[in-house]
Amino acid sequence: MKNLIDFFSFTDSSTRYVVLGVLLLMSSSSVVGTFTFLKKKALVGDAVAHSVLPGVCLAFMLAGNKNPVWLITGAFITGWISLYLIDTISAKSKIKEDTAIGLILSVFFGVGILLLTIIQHSGNAEQSGLNSFLFGQAAALVGKDLYVFGGVALVLLTTITLFFKELSLLTFDEAFARSIGLPVRALELLLTTLTVLAVVVGIQAVGVVLMAAILITPAAAARFWTDDIKTMIALAAFFGAVSGLVGTYISYVYENMPTGPWIVMIISGIAFTSFFFAPKKGILHKLFRQIRIKNKMNQENILKLLYQLGEEGKDFFVSRSISDITTRRPFPMRRLIKGLRTLKRQGFLKEKQRQWTLTKEGKLKGQRIVKLHRLWELYLTEYLRIAPDHVHEDAETIEHILTPELEARLEQLLDYPSVDPHASEIPYNH
Amino acid sequence: MIEHVENPILEIHDLTVSYDRKPVLWDIDLTLPEGKLIGIVGPNGAGKSTLIKAIMNLIPSNSGYVKLFDEHLEKVRNRISYVPQKESVDWDFPASSLDVVLMGRYGQLGLLKKPRKADKEVAMDCLRKVGMDAFAKRQISQLSGGQQQRVFLARALAQQADLYFMDEPFAGVDAATEKTIIDLLRSMSQQGKTVIVVHHDLQSVTRYFDWVLLLNLRLIASGPVESTFTQELLQETYGGKLTLLSEVSNLMRKEGFPHRELRKGKSS
Ligand SMILES: Nc1ncnc2c1ncn2[C@@H]1O[C@H](COP(=O)(O)OP(=O)(O)OP(=O)(O)O)[C@@H](O)[C@H]1O
Ligand SMILES: [Mg+2]
Repeated sequence: MKNLIDFFSFTDSSTRYVVLGVLLLMSSSSVVGTFTFLKKKALVGDAVAHSVLPGVCLAFMLAGNKNPVWLITGAFITGWISLYLIDTISAKSKIKEDTAIGLILSVFFGVGILLLTIIQHSGNAEQSGLNSFLFGQAAALVGKDLYVFGGVALVLLTTITLFFKELSLLTFDEAFARSIGLPVRALELLLTTLTVLAVVVGIQAVGVVLMAAILITPAAAARFWTDDIKTMIALAAFFGAVSGLVGTYISYVYENMPTGPWIVMIISGIAFTSFFFAPKKGILHKLFRQIRIKNKMNQENILKLLYQLGEEGKDFFVSRSISDITTRRPFPMRRLIKGLRTLKRQGFLKEKQRQWTLTKEGKLKGQRIVKLHRLWELYLTEYLRIAPDHVHEDAETIEHILTPELEARLEQLLDYPSVDPHASEIPYNH
Repeated sequence: MIEHVENPILEIHDLTVSYDRKPVLWDIDLTLPEGKLIGIVGPNGAGKSTLIKAIMNLIPSNSGYVKLFDEHLEKVRNRISYVPQKESVDWDFPASSLDVVLMGRYGQLGLLKKPRKADKEVAMDCLRKVGMDAFAKRQISQLSGGQQQRVFLARALAQQADLYFMDEPFAGVDAATEKTIIDLLRSMSQQGKTVIVVHHDLQSVTRYFDWVLLLNLRLIASGPVESTFTQELLQETYGGKLTLLSEVSNLMRKEGFPHRELRKGKSS
């Protein structure tokens, strides 16, 4: 608990900087990643992330220290070369893009690990901490590093804001973008550069191995919540920032814990949560809606049945037992009882000693369903020329869906008919 | 059977286009009149989309040149609108109908400028013209195929161009939508705009178009519908006479044969 307060009160100035840095890094890579995601280039992002490692190592070997400017330059160069190679290979040879990506990714990463091992055995005292580029160590983000990485992150955010309109058009419809004379080539180049830069700054927090997750996952999670690209970008930035913050906190509490895996765990958690709980697109929402519909159909079917029984006996308000109902229509017992209780609670039924009676409201509601059923049957036979013995099944579901507006239109279209195709009377509420 | 016109709005001279060394358009020579509703007709794989793309310089050509309004494309881009085949984009993209139509304004707006209120009003107006104003805020994946087609059309209208190229605007739309669209195209051409449309339904060609191009790897005919859309020429377009040509094409690709050297700089 004390840790928590320490961390979030930012009393320690170095924590303050680390947090600020992580927020910037994570949100900027998530924002750029949104375009990577929308262009369906997730794998490419992964390849770049792995390909910056040899650049980082080479820069270190040449410069002899961990000057962030050199490291970024090195990372940028090899990241770019990898992208260029992937493009060239898939355009100029028979090798498909996914194969080219796999090829480049493993070759570059392999070389990177090799160089890293050489450095570790070289005995250079400066090399400690270079490891953190593998799995990320946000706590290493201090002093000059912070300014450089933070600066790059700001440049990323600004560039995306400036070119937002062009980049979205390019992502949605490249041919059209060209046809109106947008400099598509230059914009593609810009987006690629931004992606490489996003990876370069992101690896400080997350490491090369897991960087692709940061590029893609926040955007994927955000997509569940919105259909608007601006909102999506803002949400992705927010999700990225939150996971960066929490991940950094955890690695702050447990010393020497790499930040990357934690950040990825948290952003994945956010993505799963979105997958289940997001309104409209989330699984849970869909599930609930289905259950709601099922319950509604069940209840309406009960009322309809009681109404039909009343129709036959010419008295709608007769009390009936459960077996009266089930002999007429085999409801599953549990559903039937649940439905009856709900209807009672809602005031559509009355119950006395296990005898169930329609209330006035219940009768009206049942009557409406019966009416809709018969109107629909008539509509199907008259307008769609479907044989009368085939229309019942259809009407069984449609009766629950029709809105009052559709009901009115149906009545008008059929001119308030009095009987359905099976010569049953269509009840109106005059 | 290729009829030429004075002061053409579009002039194509000796255009040859190939994919991967395989020529799909051979030596197209063509002039088109202004203010007409023009159909491009031909079987699948005839190179109709390719012709439009080559005109818009979306793909490189091996030889020949294209002039629009007697100028090179770059100079007159703002007067030209291109409607790609609907299948060419991902309709799951997070945007609303209005967002897509607004893209039609980007050409006039230029780089770095945000759409202004006036642009939004133009966009809404264009949606209204295609009967889609009620769907302005709807996410584009939740539109039917015909509605998506109409959104594309509205985007083209928002460009306020003088010359339109449309790749199969009638693909996958129902009869009612087709009528809405053709009425719109007619009224555009009555306002003096030139509309060039790739079309597949031979039944409606004479009813819809003033002028027609018959295309199958080469230009078979170009002229007013009455004199050009004849049984004989259709036979030539759709019949099997061209198998020799396509066999030579395939051979050229297999052997890696240069048709004519791809010109540097033109490959966009
Ligand atoms: N990107 C491409 N790469 C290689 N070949 C292509 C490419 N696009 C088209 N082709 C080939 O070029 C030829 C002409 O294609 P095009 O798309 O222009 O035909 P189309 O007349 O528009 O056909 P459709 O009626 O099916 O739309 C076809 O043989 C096609 O296989
Ligand atoms: Mg086509």
